[in-house]
Amino acid sequence: MEKKTVDLTLLDGVLNEYADVKGSLITILQNTQDIYGYLPKEAIELISERTGIATSEIMGVGTFYTQFRFEPVGKYLLMLCQGTACHVNSSELILQTIKDELGIDDGQTTEDGLFSLKCVACLGCCSLSPVMMINEDTYGSLTPDKTKKILKELREAAL
Amino acid sequence: MRIVIGQGSCGIAAGAEKVRKALLNTNINAESISITGCIGMCYLEPIVDIYDDDNKLTRLVKVSENDAESIARFIESGDKAAVEKLIVSDEDSEFLSKQTRIALRNCGIINPDEIEAYINAGGYTALKKAICELTPEGVIDIIKTSGLAGRGGAGFPTWFKWNAARQSEGEEKYLICNADEGDPGAFMDRAVIESDPHNLIEGMLIGAYAIGAKHAVVYVRAEYPLAIKRLKNAIAQAKDKGIIGENIFGSDFSCDFTIKAGAGAFVCGEETALIESLEGHRGMPRLKPPFPAQSGFWRKPSNINNVETFANVGWIINNGGEAFAAMGTENSKGTKVFAVTGKVKRSGLVEIPMGKTLRDVIFDIGGGMKTDKEFKAVQMGGPSGGCIPADLIDTVIDYKALGATGAIMGSGGMVVMDDRIGTKRMLEMLERITKGEGKEGDIELLEELCYSIKDGALCGLGQTAPNPVLTTIKYFRDEYEAHINDKKCPAGECSDLIEYRIIADKCKGCTLCARNCPVNAISGTVKKPHVINTDKCIKCGKCYTSCKFGAIVKE
Repeated sequence: MEKKTVDLTLLDGVLNEYADVKGSLITILQNTQDIYGYLPKEAIELISERTGIATSEIMGVGTFYTQFRFEPVGKYLLMLCQGTACHVNSSELILQTIKDELGIDDGQTTEDGLFSLKCVACLGCCSLSPVMMINEDTYGSLTPDKTKKILKELREAAL
Repeated sequence: MRIVIGQGSCGIAAGAEKVRKALLNTNINAESISITGCIGMCYLEPIVDIYDDDNKLTRLVKVSENDAESIARFIESGDKAAVEKLIVSDEDSEFLSKQTRIALRNCGIINPDEIEAYINAGGYTALKKAICELTPEGVIDIIKTSGLAGRGGAGFPTWFKWNAARQSEGEEKYLICNADEGDPGAFMDRAVIESDPHNLIEGMLIGAYAIGAKHAVVYVRAEYPLAIKRLKNAIAQAKDKGIIGENIFGSDFSCDFTIKAGAGAFVCGEETALIESLEGHRGMPRLKPPFPAQSGFWRKPSNINNVETFANVGWIINNGGEAFAAMGTENSKGTKVFAVTGKVKRSGLVEIPMGKTLRDVIFDIGGGMKTDKEFKAVQMGGPSGGCIPADLIDTVIDYKALGATGAIMGSGGMVVMDDRIGTKRMLEMLERITKGEGKEGDIELLEELCYSIKDGALCGLGQTAPNPVLTTIKYFRDEYEAHINDKKCPAGECSDLIEYRIIADKCKGCTLCARNCPVNAISGTVKKPHVINTDKCIKCGKCYTSCKFGAIVKE
């Protein structure tokens, strides 16, 4: 995917609120990711400048937590649960279906920039396993057919 | 007349919001439609509860948006025939009636978005009693009498931690709630926050009063956006009412309240790692001692408890420590919430007094297995726990008895497994074994590795990480041996060790499998039995799942 130019003025609000509050680095990074969809290099440099935290330390924190991304993601971020209950209820089959349908592996984005796939730890929706979240919505009791239908509907909605 | 729709995350994922919108489109008075959190019968979602003017409940289950008109007809006429097929069965009603709900007492009943609903249910009376009638030491005494122990997994006595933080020197102290519920299969903390956020706030404020903290902080995992939203809303309402802030209930006690979202790291459930994360660092566990009670958040005395622990506190203050201690066993008091999932018929949240057995939870309340396969094991305690096999199904639920099996109580996830084995969390060595590349001595080597990890790990999570491997070796050693010696998988789950075969008698020759096969390994003519070429077969299982006649077997 092509990276767009990063408009750093979008960070003003977040940095004005949190830059001087100790212990706020993770909150700042979360807000930054909400704005850009990932953590752009330029944003990390600005955060470092405003908070006085070294970029190496910001990267250390950013890479430690699975929530943070350093590359843009697709319009739809598929987070497929790999928890024990989902595993027992065949999440592997759902993973295979997504891979076949979209032609991408865990951590990759489709060429059209629509879908990204990420395998994640337990989402806590175990009674509906297997489960995935797409952006903020949860989809449960998945079967290969249901998964294909969801992907098709999202693709059509994006056109 | 009130129409209440269950809207926890599970309910919404099952379609509850669509149902609510469809109901709003009928002639039902919109003001009589409201929401509640997780009712706990997750397997029957979406659920619509209809209370008549005498507060008598009609519960409708597995409702879809297409049922809205029938529901409207029922409400208009009172004729149950309109919704007959949706009414919950007597058998399913037992799922709730057999439970004893304390931590979950308001879940699925009150509206989590309205503080008035919580107050009408008796909320914040315990906080008022604690602050206005009891000394901090008096509160700690009641908790001591109750026998309440940490529900996050370790089972450490709550009063002891509170007392240590109370005794610790220092003006500035912190009361922290660990809502970084990371154990796979556990979701009771999410359900409490989504369904009854004020109960958590009340329990935490009582804890803050007891230890002498002026700051309360909740650390919630980022994967729980709805819980974060509802808790933020509840905090704002409590601030408006003066329940959070300066001079609460006109007393000298003041406490502020903040919420921080985690960023996805399992280790942050460990309390010192959680503190590092709260401070904005990588979640690396600290060396103990000093313990958080002496030096925690910002190196100030801090006390950390789990969501479910706090959810019991208000009830205990109002009903007395003795009432709580009257339930349970010698070493485990009160109730415990379990998230029962996996291959069980009725999955959802189950709160029962300690001292019941695993059989009570999985078979009596959970209804047993959902397929015709036999119960094999239940995984408890997440990655730190272990698998408890069928012949130990009558194990009593208490910290000691569960510990004796090699598993732990943990935070309350119970993933029920049928006759196969979950290899997911196991190490590379296990992968080798499952590929049929295991060799003699591997099991012993694996055990040795497990014990080294147990001895050498810095934090509690590391020390317990080998438990699933050790308990499966202990109880299912024959299956490990079959993989290594015979290169066979008795459970038919390891794709490298299995073969797919078509049973000629059952095959109708519909050609569906051949069309689904990605590598053209299946041949045969229409209406004649087909054959799989095992040399070409990549064991993807597509034929197995596509066959409508059960003609394909894996062995």
